[in-house]
Amino acid sequence: MSEQADTATGGLELGGRTWRSRLIVGSGGFRSLDDLERALEASGTEILTVALRRVDPLAKGSLLDVAERLGLFALPNTAGCYTARDAVRTARLAREAFETDWVKLEVIGDDRTLFPDAVELVEAAETLIDDGFVVLPYTNDDPILARRLEEAGCAAVMPLGSPIGSGMGIRNPYNIQIIVEQASVPVILDAGIGTASDAALAMELGCDGVLLASSVARAEDPATMAVAMRKAVEAGYEARRAGRIARKRHAEASTPDEGLPDLGGPSSAP
Amino acid sequence: MRIALNGKAAELPDGASVAEAVAAAGAGEEQRGVAVAVEGEVVPRGEWDATRLRDGQAVEVVRAIQGG
Repeated sequence: MSEQADTATGGLELGGRTWRSRLIVGSGGFRSLDDLERALEASGTEILTVALRRVDPLAKGSLLDVAERLGLFALPNTAGCYTARDAVRTARLAREAFETDWVKLEVIGDDRTLFPDAVELVEAAETLIDDGFVVLPYTNDDPILARRLEEAGCAAVMPLGSPIGSGMGIRNPYNIQIIVEQASVPVILDAGIGTASDAALAMELGCDGVLLASSVARAEDPATMAVAMRKAVEAGYEARRAGRIARKRHAEASTPDEGLPDLGGPSSAP
Repeated sequence: MRIALNGKAAELPDGASVAEAVAAAGAGEEQRGVAVAVEGEVVPRGEWDATRLRDGQAVEVVRAIQGG
């Protein structure tokens, strides 16, 4: 990313660090590590989420090599955890594995919706924050839950736009707006992005960043979609900063009537 | 002795260390990004050699994969 572009998009203050890119990319769902690497490079992201699973002696290639080559921060998640206890244990393993106390906290309620389990999520967040973690929670588009997570000391709140991997975009932009209005920590739209306009909308609503995976990973051409997402996040951010016009039900001419020549037609509009 | 290594029964010499379990799990060579829990509690890397396992313990050896 050029320096000029950096200035134009401003920095994202997250967890006590400043990031140039407001786009966070999940590493899941890519057809190959090569696809992932090309998409990451095209996206301009600086943060890559990674998951922890049992060692597979037959697994080829290293995700951490990719992150290292591109100079990305590997942000561990607690994907697949259903209880606060499992999420806390997974976060502690991740801290040991990646030597970071940052964690993308996911505590889900069931595997059909992958919606967060609010009760377990808040409990896990409180425990991890007491334990010194920088907690970035994946949460519902629920302003009250977002407030509880912020009060617990989370470094950001990351509401979903729609279910993970659904590509349904932002189903409740009004709730996202409320979350943005009340939050004093960064709000990162996490989950549901389907295409570039969804990412732009998230930023136009005032989100500080976007976290996405499937929309790029499962696109026909992931690297090109990654470019689109980078531009969409930048465009949405700029549009938000610029201050959009109000919506009206009727037209407002942008050309003055004064000085309109009389060419023999009706003298005024009906 | 018999432990549960990543969910499967594994035979290790009596008094084997966590480091030996890590190798048995297949993470002997590339240990970057690997972490271990014994009975759900993390064993820091610096303690792998000195920590002895006991018969019947559950050991999880994990590393980074694509996700999220």
